[in-house]
Amino acid sequence: MSAGTSAAPVALGAMQRTAVVFRREFRSYFQTPLAAVFLVIFLFLAGLFTFNIGGFYDRNQADLRPFFQFHPWLYVFLVPAVSMRLWAEERRTGTIELAMTLPFGVRDLVLGKFLAAWAFTVIALLLTFPIWITVAWLGEPDHGAIAVGYLASALLGGSFLAIGAFLSALTKNQVIAFVLCAVACFVLLLAGFPAVIDFLRGWAPQVVVEGLASTSALTHYESMMRGVIDLRDLFYFITVIAAFLILNCFAIDWKKSD
Amino acid sequence: MASRIVARQLEKRFGHIHAVQGIDLEVPAGQVLGFLGPNGAGKSTTMRMITGFLEPTAGSVVLDGVDLAADPIAAKRTFGYLPEGAPAYPDMTVEEFLGFVAQARGYHGREAKDRVERAIGRVNLKGVRKQAFETLSKGYKRRTGLAQALLHEPGILVLDEPTDGLDPNQKHEVRELIKELGGDRAIVLSTHILEEVEAVCTRAVVINRGRIVFDGTPAEMESRAPRDVTRNRMDAAFRAMTTGDVGADAPRGKGGRR
Repeated sequence: MSAGTSAAPVALGAMQRTAVVFRREFRSYFQTPLAAVFLVIFLFLAGLFTFNIGGFYDRNQADLRPFFQFHPWLYVFLVPAVSMRLWAEERRTGTIELAMTLPFGVRDLVLGKFLAAWAFTVIALLLTFPIWITVAWLGEPDHGAIAVGYLASALLGGSFLAIGAFLSALTKNQVIAFVLCAVACFVLLLAGFPAVIDFLRGWAPQVVVEGLASTSALTHYESMMRGVIDLRDLFYFITVIAAFLILNCFAIDWKKSD
Repeated sequence: MASRIVARQLEKRFGHIHAVQGIDLEVPAGQVLGFLGPNGAGKSTTMRMITGFLEPTAGSVVLDGVDLAADPIAAKRTFGYLPEGAPAYPDMTVEEFLGFVAQARGYHGREAKDRVERAIGRVNLKGVRKQAFETLSKGYKRRTGLAQALLHEPGILVLDEPTDGLDPNQKHEVRELIKELGGDRAIVLSTHILEEVEAVCTRAVVINRGRIVFDGTPAEMESRAPRDVTRNRMDAAFRAMTTGDVGADAPRGKGGRR
């Protein structure tokens, strides 16, 4: 077995490289108790909020509004738990050096990792399907509106994950990554929270209030929760995800050797 | 034969620190180069620039004719790299980890399996193949790192302290493996153990404070020791070159190459 006589390594395209990164990352969620803990807590809290706090039964309406309206607040602390390890762990264990000297580009790594984390949270979301069955069994809900609700929830989770992945790239410490992400997501929601908006309306110019509200994930999420796909809302979430993934690439180049 | 590794005027600055100050290195096929220097001399930084983990502040790297800056992904296919500390994903088993590297190298199905088998056989990992990386002893971790670097039978091997922290038996095994690998490969390995250089290397390069202070055969290096020293002459030569007492004259450049 001598060098030189061996076959040249096969060249993978960008999609295949991303897929290799995705598969490793996605599997890694299930190699630790993280997946089980996350899924149980997510499903438990989603149920708790919907039935006990949201008053699912008392409302006597066949829709999933009580279910979806708490997702932003649930995601504020659950999404950072998924995103915190994405890069912080790689930097702490030094595997980032390995990953970046394998034939991958930074983009393959950033996208593959993000998509794996997103797929994982979307699976958690989809596991709430019994609630859809329940509402369909109890009444005649607008299934289109529920589907849009799921889409909105997935996009919101994706936006938070993109933010969390970027912040995770800035530190070796997962706890710091968690806290930064939770705070960032909270602020992004708060900017559109009715109480905050009303408070601002008292003294700030209309343009500022509207501008701030339109940068909030909550505004766009609630707009979609009404069951209508507005292109502006889609555009908002896709922009947030894309922007933070691009920032993520820069953060890796900037911080990888620290 | 053309040199497999051609590094020209490599420089790296971290803020105010000028870690690597213009290193020229050409490594032809068949050469095993021992890269020596005190801690902090810039060995790892240089290796990280050669493998594309760090972008040089100035200078260029060409690997098997591929310019690293121009086509990093193609250049990264040409070599196998053992980063300092032999990092790997802690939760993956040896087999899973090597499977991931095989995929990253563009192998799949049967070929990927064969590659993993061969790599496991080559560095004697059979007994621990199903064990999670984090549970392995230092020796097995190092071997897993070597297996990963060898998996695609690269023409270039860059090994950052391949025997660090191993017991004497394990050191012996790794040295035997490196000798075996020789052939028409270009191998660069860094080490603090000078007997290792005598045992496996055909060329020794000493760097100090980011510059090459010696480049020649191990025998030539030994001859640089002060005359009155009779034992551990390599160590004496190393001290003379890196503490500035004797022999720290101008680098000999490519003249010492065999």
